[in-house]
Amino acid sequence: MANTMYHRCSLLALLCVDSAIAAEMPLNMTRGVTEISQKVYDLHMTIFYICCAIGLVVFGAMFWSILHHRKAKGVQPAQFHESTKVELLWTAIPVVILILMAIPATRTLIAMEDTSKSEVTVLITGSQWKWHYKYLEYPVEYYSLLATPAKQIQNKLRKNENYLLEVDRPLVIPTGKKVRFLMTSDDVIHSWWVPAFAVKKDANPGFINEAWTQVEQPGTYRGQCAELCGKDHGFMPIVVVAKTPEDFNSWIQAEGERLAKLKAAEQELLSMQMTMPDAMALGEKVYQGYCAACHQPTGTGLPGVFPALKGSKIATEAAQKGTHIDIVLHGKTGTAMQAFAKQLSLQEIAAVITYERNAWDNNTGDLVQAADIQAAKNGQKE
Amino acid sequence: MQAPDHLPLLRKLLIITVLMFGFGFALVPLYDVFCDLTGLNGKTSTMAATADRAVTDQQRTITIEFLAKPDPKMPWRFEPEVRQIQVHPGEIKVVHYAAENPTSALMVAQAVPSVSPGQAALYFNKMECFCFQRQTLKAGEKLMMPLQFYVDPALPAQFSTITLSYTMYDVTQHSPAATGAAVYQTGK
Amino acid sequence: MSTISTDTDQHADPHTADHGHHHPPAGFKRWFYTTNHKDIGTLYLLFALTMFFIGGLMAMVIRAELFQPGLQLVEPAFFNQMTTVHGLIMVFGAVMPAFTGLANWLIPMMIGAPDMALPRMNNWSFWILPFAFAILLMSLFMEGGGPGFGWTFYAPLSTKYSGDSTALFVFSVHIMGISSIMGAINVIVTIFNLRAPGMTWMKMPLFVWTWLITAFLLIAVMPVLAGTVTMVLTDKYFGTSFFDAAGGGDPVLFQHIFWFFGHPEVYIMILPAFGIVSSIVPTFSRKPLFGYASMVYATSSIALLSFLVWAHHMFTTGMPVFAELFFMYCTMLIAVPTGVKVFNWVATMWRGALTFEVPMMFAIAFIVLFTIGGFSGLMLAITPADFQYHDTYFVVAHFHYVLVTGAIFSIIAAAYYWLPKWTGHMYDETLGQWHFWCSLISVNLLFFPMHFVGLAGMPRRIPDYALQFADFNALISIGGFAFGLSQLLFLWVIVKCINGGKPATNQVWEGAEGLEWQLTSPPPYHSFTTPPDVK
Repeated sequence: MANTMYHRCSLLALLCVDSAIAAEMPLNMTRGVTEISQKVYDLHMTIFYICCAIGLVVFGAMFWSILHHRKAKGVQPAQFHESTKVELLWTAIPVVILILMAIPATRTLIAMEDTSKSEVTVLITGSQWKWHYKYLEYPVEYYSLLATPAKQIQNKLRKNENYLLEVDRPLVIPTGKKVRFLMTSDDVIHSWWVPAFAVKKDANPGFINEAWTQVEQPGTYRGQCAELCGKDHGFMPIVVVAKTPEDFNSWIQAEGERLAKLKAAEQELLSMQMTMPDAMALGEKVYQGYCAACHQPTGTGLPGVFPALKGSKIATEAAQKGTHIDIVLHGKTGTAMQAFAKQLSLQEIAAVITYERNAWDNNTGDLVQAADIQAAKNGQKE
Repeated sequence: MQAPDHLPLLRKLLIITVLMFGFGFALVPLYDVFCDLTGLNGKTSTMAATADRAVTDQQRTITIEFLAKPDPKMPWRFEPEVRQIQVHPGEIKVVHYAAENPTSALMVAQAVPSVSPGQAALYFNKMECFCFQRQTLKAGEKLMMPLQFYVDPALPAQFSTITLSYTMYDVTQHSPAATGAAVYQTGK
Repeated sequence: MSTISTDTDQHADPHTADHGHHHPPAGFKRWFYTTNHKDIGTLYLLFALTMFFIGGLMAMVIRAELFQPGLQLVEPAFFNQMTTVHGLIMVFGAVMPAFTGLANWLIPMMIGAPDMALPRMNNWSFWILPFAFAILLMSLFMEGGGPGFGWTFYAPLSTKYSGDSTALFVFSVHIMGISSIMGAINVIVTIFNLRAPGMTWMKMPLFVWTWLITAFLLIAVMPVLAGTVTMVLTDKYFGTSFFDAAGGGDPVLFQHIFWFFGHPEVYIMILPAFGIVSSIVPTFSRKPLFGYASMVYATSSIALLSFLVWAHHMFTTGMPVFAELFFMYCTMLIAVPTGVKVFNWVATMWRGALTFEVPMMFAIAFIVLFTIGGFSGLMLAITPADFQYHDTYFVVAHFHYVLVTGAIFSIIAAAYYWLPKWTGHMYDETLGQWHFWCSLISVNLLFFPMHFVGLAGMPRRIPDYALQFADFNALISIGGFAFGLSQLLFLWVIVKCINGGKPATNQVWEGAEGLEWQLTSPPPYHSFTTPPDVK
C-alpha cells in the first residue's frame, strides 16, 4: 500500500512511476457491482468508442492535411469553399449516430429511476459534514462520521489504506434485495455517491429524492459526498457494507437492541451525577469529534466564520449558561451551528458543555448534568 | 459620413436587458407553475382538493409512506401516527401527525411537504392538511393534526409506493400570530 | 474627421505618442478618459492578461495543495475560496474581458467603421471592471475570508451558510454584469449601424458574426445572473425565501435560474473563439473558409439550443425521467452544429497550402483539444453516465479542455495573429513557438490525467483526497506549474513585441484577407474615417 513517505519524495521519483502503486488507481470508470452500474459502464464505453472513432476520422483527415498539404511542399492551394452535399452529409451522419446512442441511454435511465418494489428503505440525511442513516422498517438510525484521525490529515501520522474513505459506522444493506434510498438534508445540498452502485443523488434540504440499488455480492463499498457543501466537503465519506440477508438480519437485530438499551440507559443516567474529571474527559472526546472542526481544537474558532468559545460570553458568563445549552441543543438559526439534540446523548451534551465552560482558561467551574439538559430540552429555561 | 442615429436601437437593447432582468424573477413563479403541472420538484398543491372522484379502484393497492421531521434547529416533536398505509386509488383516508411544543413559549410552525417520486405529487390530492396553514402551539401544547387525502386513480401504473415527507420549520419570528406573546426564539 | 494619422508606436509609449488630428491627453488621463476603441481594446486585453495571471496564481495554490494527499499549505476553507475566486476571475475577469477587448480592437476595423458606436459607454464599461475585481479580491482579506461556495454559488450554501463577503461578491458580480451588458450593447449597435456600405450580413467576417450572436446571448442572460445574485442577497439579508424550503422556496430553483444563465454563458466564452479560429485557419491555409454560411447557421443554432439545455448540469438533483430525457436529447443535439464547425475547419485546411506560424499552431491545437472537450461533453450529456461523471474531476477535465485549450488558446492565437497589426512589429517567432510547445505539452499533462482521476472517482472541489489518487495528482500539479510558467513566455513575447521588432507590413500574413489588413500596421487612431470599398 502507498507509503506516505513515497509521496513526499522528490520530483524525480514521482516521475519514475512505481508500477505497483500506479496500478492502484483504475484508469477507467468502475464496472461496479450492480446490474445498473454494469449498464452504465457499458454505455460509457460505447460512447467512448464512438468518440474515438469520430476523433480518428476527423483528426486523421486533419493530420493528413498537415503532412501533405503544406506550403513547404510547394502545393498550390485549392479554392473550393462550399459543398451543400458534403455539408448536409456531415450534419446527417452525426444525427444518426446520436439517435443510436440515445436509445440505450434512455433504456438505462428508465431502469435507474424505477424505485418500485423495494424491500428495504433507508432514509439518508446529509448535514455538515456527516451522513445520517435511518432504516424505515427497523428501529435503527445513526450518524456516520469520517474515521480518519486528524493527525493523518495533518501529515503527522502515516496514512491508512482507506485514508479519508473510512467511517465510524458504515451503512449496512442486505445483498440480493432491492434497497431504496430516500435522501434529504438538514442544511445545505449534499450528494450521496457510491461509484460501485452508480448511485449519485443530491440531498436537498426540505425535499426528498429517491434512488435504489441491488447488490449481489457481500463487500465493502466506498464513496464520497459529491456536492460542495462547505469547509469539510472533502471529509464526509460514505461506506456501505453489503451483508447476506442472514447476516444483515442478525446485525440489524443486534443494532436495534443496542440502541434500545442506550435509550433506557439514558433515562437512568438522568439521576446520575457525573464528576468533574469524568465530565471533562467525556466532554473533550465529544468536543474533538463534533465541535473542533469549526470551533477549532483550542476553542479559538475561525475569525469571521466560526466564533471562538475560548473567553466568549456565552461560554463564560453564568447568566448565559441557559443560552449555551439551548444553542448546543437546537443550533443557531441563520448560522452553520447545528442542533445536537438528536445527534448526541444527554450525557454527552452535558459533558461537552461542561468541557466548553472549563477548558482553555474558561474556568467557570460549572458542572452540567444530563438532567439539566433534559430539563432544557423540555423548555424549562433557567 | 453621416453619423447614424444610435438611439432607437440602444433603447430597444436596453428594454431587452430590463425585460430579461425581470424574466430572471419571473422564473420564480414560472417554476412554481411548471412544478404544479409536472411535479418537477415533488411539491404537493397548497390548495385543498375536492373529492370529485368517487370511483375507487379496488384492483390496485398503493403504499403510502409517511415521513416527518422537525427542522433540526427546532425543538418540536413531530411525527406521523403510522409509518405507512395501503390505499386503493380514489379511496379517501385520514391519517394524523402528532406535534408537541416542549418549550415554555408559544411557537408557530409551517410544515413543508415533499413527495417522491416527484410526478406522483400530481396525483396525491389533499382535502385537508395541517400544512395548508401555519400551526401555532402554546408552551407544552400537544396536537394531533389531520391529513385527509386520496390518490387519483389516474396515477400511472409504474408508481406503487408514494413517499410523503414533511419538514416542520419554525416561523415564529415571521408570524403575526406570535407578536406580543412570550415567543420562543431558537438560539438567540 | 478627415486625416488618417500614421502614428507608429502609440501603445508602447503613450507620452510621446502623436495622434494626428485628435490629441488625446497624455499619461494616465489619456487611458482614463479615452473613448477610442483601440485604447479601450488595449485596456481590456491588458486587464484580462493581469486577471489571467492572478487567477492562475490561485490555480497554483490549488495545485500546490493537491500535490500530495493530506493538508499541508492551506486550510479547507481557504482552499474553497481559491477554487471559487479562481473560477470567477477566469470566467469574468480573463476570458470575457479578453473577448471584449478583441471585439473593441477588431470589429470597427473588420466592418470598416471609424470607431465603436457608443464610445463614452465603452469607456464606462471598461473602467468599472477594475473596481468589480478589486472588490472581489479585497473580500479575500475580510475577516472570515472571501466567497467559498464555488463560482456556481449554490443556495443555501451561499445564502444561509455563507459569510458576509457574500454581499461584496454580489456587488462585484453586479458590476461585472453591467460592464458585460454595456460591452454587448456597444457591439450590437456598432455592427448594426456602422458597417461600411456593401458590408452585407453575409459578407461579415465570422469573428463579427460570432461576436454579434455572443452579444445577444450576453444581453439575454447577464440580466438573469444579476437577478440570481440579487435573490441570493435578499435571501441572505432581507428575509426573502426564494431558495429556502422553510419559507416555501426551493434550493433547486436556484440551480435552474443559475444554469439558465450558466449554460449560455459557456457559449459566450466559446463562440468568439470559433470566430477567431475561423479567421486564422483560412489565412494560414491560403484558402477561403469552407462553409461560411453553414458556420453562421451553426453558430446561431448553438446559441438557440443553449437556452434549452441548462438542466444537464443538474441531472442528480432529482428530476422526473421525462425532464432528464428532454435535456439529454437537447444536449446531444448541440453536438451536431458543433461538429459542423469542426468539419468545416478541417475542410478548410484540406488541400490548402499550410504554413505553421504560432497563431496557426494555437488554432490547430484549439481544434484538436476543443474537440476532445466536446467529446467528453457528449459523454456527459448521456444522463445515466453523467451520474458517475457529475461533480468529479472528469467534469473538471471537460470544462478546462473547453475553456483553457478552447477559449484561452483561441485568445492566445488571436493575440499572436493580430499583434503585428496592433503594434506594427512582428513578434519573435522562435519565442512564440517555444511558448506554444511548452503550453501544449504542459496543458495536456495538466488536464488529460484529470479524466482518469475523475473516472476513478475523485470528486471535485476537495482539498484532500484518498491515496489512490496521489500519483496522478502529483503529475497534474507538475503539469499545472509548467503551464503557469509557460505563460511567462507569453508575457515576454508581448512585451518584446510592443517594444520593437521587425516592422510588419499592412497585410502581415500572406493569406490574410479582410478590411483590417488594408489598414496600416499599426492602424490609424480612427480606423476608417472614410468608409472603405467592400468587394
